[in-house]
Amino acid sequence: MNATPNTTLFSANRDVQAAFFVRRKWINRIALTLSLAAMIFGVFWLLWILWETLTLGFGGLSLTLFTENTPPPNDIGGLANAIWGSLLMVALATLIGAPIGVLSGIYLAEYDPRGTLAVTVRFINDLLLSAPSIVIGLFVYALIVLRFRQFSGWAGAVALALIVIPVVIRTTENMLSLIPASLREAAYALGAPKWKVITKVTLNAARAGVVTGVLLAVARISGETAPLLFTALNNQFWTTDLSGPTANLPVTIFQFAMSPYENWQQLAWGGVFLITLAVLGLNILARFLSRRA
Amino acid sequence: MISNTLADRLFGFLTRGAALLTLALLLGIIVSLIVGAWPAIDRFGPGFLTRNVWDPVREDFGGLVMIYGTLATSAIALLIAVPISFGIALFLTELSPAWLKRPLGTAIELLAAVPSIVYGMWGLMVFGPVLARYVQRPLQNLFGDTPVFGALVSGPPVGIGILSAGIILSIMIIPFIASVMRDVFEVTPPLLKESAYGLGATTWEVIWNIVLPYTKTGVLGGIMLGLGRALGETMAVTFVIGNMNQLRSPSLFEAANSITSALANEFAEAAPGLHQASLIYLGLVLFLITFVVLVFSRMLLMRLQRNEGGRA
Repeated sequence: MNATPNTTLFSANRDVQAAFFVRRKWINRIALTLSLAAMIFGVFWLLWILWETLTLGFGGLSLTLFTENTPPPNDIGGLANAIWGSLLMVALATLIGAPIGVLSGIYLAEYDPRGTLAVTVRFINDLLLSAPSIVIGLFVYALIVLRFRQFSGWAGAVALALIVIPVVIRTTENMLSLIPASLREAAYALGAPKWKVITKVTLNAARAGVVTGVLLAVARISGETAPLLFTALNNQFWTTDLSGPTANLPVTIFQFAMSPYENWQQLAWGGVFLITLAVLGLNILARFLSRRA
Repeated sequence: MISNTLADRLFGFLTRGAALLTLALLLGIIVSLIVGAWPAIDRFGPGFLTRNVWDPVREDFGGLVMIYGTLATSAIALLIAVPISFGIALFLTELSPAWLKRPLGTAIELLAAVPSIVYGMWGLMVFGPVLARYVQRPLQNLFGDTPVFGALVSGPPVGIGILSAGIILSIMIIPFIASVMRDVFEVTPPLLKESAYGLGATTWEVIWNIVLPYTKTGVLGGIMLGLGRALGETMAVTFVIGNMNQLRSPSLFEAANSITSALANEFAEAAPGLHQASLIYLGLVLFLITFVVLVFSRMLLMRLQRNEGGRA
C-alpha cells in the first residue's frame, strides 16, 4: 500500500527530468540556430559589399580611367595620375619596408629568439600591427613633411613602409620558425657560416612564406588612406617627381566620393573597384602560395 | 675564413639593427606626438579631454566631442560584433561540415582584407540611405514623441551619424574577433570536450561550460584586439559620421565627430600652431587609448598560450 506514493514521486521525478531534458535540447537548438544565423550575417555583409562595389564600380569603369588624368568637376577624365602615383608609392614602400621587415624577422627567429630584445620587439611589433594607421601619418608628418616644409610622395612612401614592416616581420618570423632545426644543423655541420646558413638554407626554404608576407603587406598598403592624407596629400596632375604632393588612388577616392559632383563620384566608384580587385586578388594569390608551400 | 666571420658579424649587426628599428619606431611615434602636441598640452592641460569647444578662429580647443564620438562608435561596434563573432566562431569550430570550414573561414578573413575606404564609401552611398529609410524613419514614426527615446532617433534621415559609423565598424572588426575566437576555441583539448559529450552534454553546454571557461582569457584578448581596431579606424568612420562638432543632440542619427575623422578632415588644412597642436593632442590621446587596449589584449592572449604550453 505504501508503494503508491513512492511510485508517483518517482514518476513525477521522471517527468521533471524529461522536461529538463527537453528544455536543454531546446536551448541547444536555439543556440545553434543563432550561431548559424551569425555565420550567415557575416557572409551576407561580405557579399553585399562586394556586390555593390563590383556593380557600381563596373559602371564607373571605362578606358579613359587609365588614360586620362583626374578631371575638374563635371568634366571627362580618368584616374591615370592617381593610379600611377599609387603604384609608385606602393612599390617604393615595399622596397624600403620589406628588407627591414625580413631582416628583423630573421633576428627574431634565428638570433636569440628567447632573448629580452627579441621578446620586446615581438611584443611591440604586435602592437604596431594594430596601431591606428592615421597616427603613423602624424609621425611621418612630423618627421619628414615638417622638416622639408612640403607634402611629398616620399613622405607617403615612408608612411606606407612603416605599415609594411610589422606585417613582414610577423610572417617572416613565423615562416622561419617552421623550418626544422635539423636543416640548419646539417648546414652548420658542413661548415657553413651563420649568414650563409640563413640566407642560403633557412630563408630559401621559407621563401614562399616570406613572399606571402610581402604580398599581404602590399595588399594592406594599397588600400591605406589615412597615412597618406597628410604625407603625400594629392595632386591633380601627372607627376614623376616624388618630392612634391603626389596623386594617389585612396585619397582621390576619398575626395571624389565626398564631393557633390556626379562625375567625380563615378570615378571614385571606378577607383574603389580597382582597389578592391587588387587587394582581394593579392590576398587570394598569397593564400594560394602559402598553401602550396 | 676571415671574410666569413666579418660577413657573419655584419649580417648579425644588420638584423639586430632592423629589430632595434622597430623599437625606435614606437618610441619615435610617442616622442613626436608629445612634441607636436606640446603647445596644446601646455595651454589646455588635461582639461582638454573634458572641454566641449572647438573654435579654430579664437584658438580655443577641447576634445570632448571627438573623444565621445570615438568611444561611442567603438562601443556600438563591440555590442554588435561580440555576439556575432562568437556565433561565427562557434559555427566554424563545432557545427560546420568539414568541407565548408575552409571556404567560410576564408570568406570571413577576406572581409578583414577589404580596405577601409571601401567600407566607408559603401557605408556612405549604399548602407546609410538604407539605414535611414528602413530603420530611422520607422523608429521616428514610432517613438518620435516619446521623451527619451524620441531624442535618440531624431535628426535628418540621411543615414549619417554615430549609429551608422558603429555598425560599419562592427562589420569591420567581426573578422578580427571571430578569427581569434575560432583559433582559441580550437586549442581546447579534445579530451575535455569529449568527456563532457560523454556525460551527455549538448553542444551548447560543451561550448558554454567547457570551451568558454577554458578559453576566456583568449576570448577577451580577441575582443580587446577588435576594440583596438575600432578605436583607430579612420576612413570607414570619416565617411559616415558626418564631421560635425556637436554634443547638443544625443541622437544616434545626428552627425557627430570622432578623433580619427577630425584628424582626417582638418589636419592637412589646419594652421600650424595651436590648431595643429590640438589635433596632434587628439592623436596622442587616441594612440594612448589604443596602446593600453592592445597591450591588455596581447597580455591576455599570451597568458592563454603560456597556460596551453604548461598543460601540454
